[in-house]
Amino acid sequence: MEFSEHIKTANVEDVVLRRPFYQPTKGTLCVTGHHLIFSNRGGDSARPFLLLLRNIDAIEKRPSVSSGTITLKCKDLCVLQLDIPGMEECLNIASSIESLSSLETVSEMYPFFYRPPFLSLQDQWGLSSTEQHYAQMKEIHDGWRVSQVNRDYSVSPSYPPAVIVPHSIDDETLVKAARFRQGGRFPVLCYYHRETGTVIMRSSQPLSGANRKRCREDELLLQAVIDGSELGYIIDTRSSQQAQQARMTGGGFESKSCYRGWKRLHRQLEKGKVLQESLIKLVEACGDQSHSVDRWLSKLENSKWLSHVQTALSTAGLVAECVERDGHSVLVHGSEGTDTSLLVSSLAQLILDPDSRTLAGFLGLLEREWVQAGHPFQQRCAHSAYSHVRLRHEAPVFVLLLDCVWQLARQFPLAMGFSEPLLLRLAKEVYASDYGTFLCNSDQERCVTGVKERTHCLFQSLLRANERQHYSNPLYERTELAIWPSIQPPSLQLWKGLFLQWTDDALHLVEAQKVIQNLVSQCHRPLNEKVENTDG
Amino acid sequence: METIVMEHIRLPKVENVRLIDTVTSRRASVGTLYLTATHTIFVENETEILTETWVLHSLVFSVEKQASTTTGCPLLVRCKNFQVLQFVIPQERDCHDVHVSLLHLSRPEHYEELYCFSYNANSDREDRRKAWDFINLKAEYSRMGLPNHLWKLTPANHHYKVSDTYPADLYVPKSATPPVIMGSSKFRSRGRFPTLSYYYKENHAAICRSSQPLSGFSARCLEDEQMLEAIVRSNPRSDFMYVVDTRPKLNAMANRAAGKGYENEDNYSNIKFHFVGIENIHVMRNSLQKMLEERGLAHFPSMSYFLEGLESSGWLKHIKAVVDAGVFITKAIAEEGISVLVHCSDGWDRTAQVCSVASVLLDPYYRTLKGLMVLIERDWVSFGHKFSHRNNHLNGDPKEVSPVIDQFLECVWQLSEQFPCAFEYNERFLITIHHHVYSCQYGNFIGNNQKERTELGLQEKTHSLWTYLWKNRTDYINPLYRPDHSQTQGVLRPLTAPYCFKFWGALYNRFDRGIHPRQSVMEYLMAIREETQQLEEQDHAVRQDRWSDDVEASSMAGQEVCWYRDQQYGRTERVMI
Repeated sequence: MEFSEHIKTANVEDVVLRRPFYQPTKGTLCVTGHHLIFSNRGGDSARPFLLLLRNIDAIEKRPSVSSGTITLKCKDLCVLQLDIPGMEECLNIASSIESLSSLETVSEMYPFFYRPPFLSLQDQWGLSSTEQHYAQMKEIHDGWRVSQVNRDYSVSPSYPPAVIVPHSIDDETLVKAARFRQGGRFPVLCYYHRETGTVIMRSSQPLSGANRKRCREDELLLQAVIDGSELGYIIDTRSSQQAQQARMTGGGFESKSCYRGWKRLHRQLEKGKVLQESLIKLVEACGDQSHSVDRWLSKLENSKWLSHVQTALSTAGLVAECVERDGHSVLVHGSEGTDTSLLVSSLAQLILDPDSRTLAGFLGLLEREWVQAGHPFQQRCAHSAYSHVRLRHEAPVFVLLLDCVWQLARQFPLAMGFSEPLLLRLAKEVYASDYGTFLCNSDQERCVTGVKERTHCLFQSLLRANERQHYSNPLYERTELAIWPSIQPPSLQLWKGLFLQWTDDALHLVEAQKVIQNLVSQCHRPLNEKVENTDG
Repeated sequence: METIVMEHIRLPKVENVRLIDTVTSRRASVGTLYLTATHTIFVENETEILTETWVLHSLVFSVEKQASTTTGCPLLVRCKNFQVLQFVIPQERDCHDVHVSLLHLSRPEHYEELYCFSYNANSDREDRRKAWDFINLKAEYSRMGLPNHLWKLTPANHHYKVSDTYPADLYVPKSATPPVIMGSSKFRSRGRFPTLSYYYKENHAAICRSSQPLSGFSARCLEDEQMLEAIVRSNPRSDFMYVVDTRPKLNAMANRAAGKGYENEDNYSNIKFHFVGIENIHVMRNSLQKMLEERGLAHFPSMSYFLEGLESSGWLKHIKAVVDAGVFITKAIAEEGISVLVHCSDGWDRTAQVCSVASVLLDPYYRTLKGLMVLIERDWVSFGHKFSHRNNHLNGDPKEVSPVIDQFLECVWQLSEQFPCAFEYNERFLITIHHHVYSCQYGNFIGNNQKERTELGLQEKTHSLWTYLWKNRTDYINPLYRPDHSQTQGVLRPLTAPYCFKFWGALYNRFDRGIHPRQSVMEYLMAIREETQQLEEQDHAVRQDRWSDDVEASSMAGQEVCWYRDQQYGRTERVMI
């Protein structure tokens, strides 16, 4: 299919663009298959303004007799306005944008066309594989193995081809255990804690159903995890009532009598529609122009976004506490095991594991726990907070993760190797990107559509020397200790850098970041010189 | 006085007292409780490091004896700096004695019982006297460019004969004659006639302040009208001025029934009248109380509960109202070049807040350490903010208590959060000033006006906080401060959208250490800066004695710094030798 079919008017002159931080400017607007391009007429040397059509969440048009205004509300929460001379041009541009921004065929998306000079399609796609990750963790080789049971995605369509499982469990057992778990997502290892030798596992819910079915193999698998120790914890990210109800639709939970040694705790994390609506309410509150503090606080509270942040961090803290302080292994799951389970397991790893707090380590964690583990990015991030279309599978679980990581970094500003701009970049890329990393819903889909061969990998690109510099935390000082976040309400704050990034308020904070950076580099220069001198 | 104080101590020492951690309410430490003339001291037993908690009696806000349990009798001590201590005393009778003693000790009847009169009393009198000259208001007015051809110093209030709550030295328009001043002062509450607070030398516009006029429903006063006319004329580039009444309109109207009120635009030529609607001291007192009750700790860790409580307390709404008023005046002065007269009822609470917030926005000087000291000294101390009443220094009328200067300090903090590079001082500086507004350790904030302070002989008998802060200024420097930065030069233009106002956890949860960021960017930056400086010093083999002018001060510093830290952090951990 040709993109040109959708483009009714490709070029309009004398368009006025209004966007945050800039004076309104007059120029030429051009619609291409994937972008809006706005170029400033005259001798202005400024580069043309480029907007990925995929980034547009909602479009509002107000045509009048001789001209029209289009408001573009973007998934990165930016709001732009175009004043277009000519009603027909206005309507044409609007309908072109509408149809092009909602194309859903993966292989037509921009990452398949993006070919920057500094990247090559021959480069490795992704940072690491399960096998490489396993190879690096020598200490687990006795108790754990890599299983290729899912090599053709037949056991679990949303799992990667290789997963890490207890050594004593053979593939045949895994296949049977997978049949007892929703989407075939049987318990797999995501983190091994060296000091205590305990682990964090994740899975989907067991399909015990209304008549309390059992699965010997699933029980064996979990038994093998806590083999020799007394106790393990199952952190169920649903309330116990929700877990009970799930049995009616074929789901369920691990009953005490069948899983000896495992203790189940319920911590209700919201997901899906509730979470999406929370984001919509929060963004609406941030855009409220009224000047009433009462109204602002009431809307902030009513959005419940910070409550979700609090619950996610406190559940992750609970998992980390079980592992590090009590020395017990943990299995995390909700229902599908593709959303809140990933949120909790990756936050727990950030709390515990200094390796996951470096820039490369954090991106590696996201690759393992989100991209490879089968978070359905395409479904969850099809639309953001402004969209008027009926919601289907949208949910900002990944944005919630980034917010929680930001909270951690705010409480431990020296402990993370990466900086706030990285989190902001990821929050933007997850919705609309030049790269293929967040396309599709699973590893299988990415293989089928050729994402790994025909697009570039965001994570690889972020680790190039100049990008790495930009996204590194200048204050970083590695600590081997766990970083326990405070979840008391006054400790948690609205992430202004994201939700208010298009206001002047955020501008001052960006300035402050620059000053910090300069200060650190200035202060470290004489130190380094000094060190060199003494060496000499 | 010492003996009077000692009489209140029924029981100087109680053993086997437990101190409960109020945040986690899990941990309790066992130790001995001592009552001294000035402090309550809790010394933990049997720990490898000696842990002590010191609480100054003047900081105690309330002492509450709770119902006895099997483990003992709980005593809850709430402090004005938001520290909360829960002791459990084994014997009910002992608890009673401690309770009664603390009630007396924390509510002295006379100024002479306050801590500042006994604090480090033996230091050299002459040094102490000289230290008070560190902040000099004459120098401040001359920094503004006064007196000049538009404004003059008037002797009208020497010996406080016109207004006993005003300072002796006041600046008025050149054309204001003594009869105009006298006449105007008779038409204003407590004789507080319009006088200069801040002069913006770039365009001659001025912020003036006063109390409300005694206008009732129809009274007028020719001299008062002439006084305002003189203020208009002292700004050559404009032909009118703003009169900003900081009260809600309804309150101002209610005052008319009592023969007070506000200026009638018909009687005063060339004024534009404006209400800004900041609530009175009673609303503010209740608002803070409500916010403190519901600051979302320990037992109610739900986010919704916290945000709902914050909203219903109204506290941030009030803070925003003060900043908004400051922004209004700043625009009038800097952008329109129009002079402003600010008043409320008496002109010592809301007026002080609004004038000083406007000064901070207008003049980068007040964003420096010394500048903020000067500003507090000018708009608050000299102009008769009733510190002893508002901050509950003596056993007095609880309805007079209100967190007025607290709100000013918080406004400055909110601004510094929005402009992280614009302020030379850091959050700790503001918190330390807040602490000492209540501590009564220094003489600066004792009494309610200049007249009282002079009569008490504070400059002879007590120490000045400002010199103490200046000597320790390295602790209070914001490492991000960039005086040459575009956003820090000249006038600050803050956003005042509701989301710009945040809960100030570092102050209100100051002692709940678990909730603060576990690592501090500021401390890190201060540390590396210090490191760099040391290296530079070594490299150049030059000992930069940056504080050589403070050598005389260091004699006092040693022990007292320790002292102070005890109170600042509540708990000290000192290695036992």
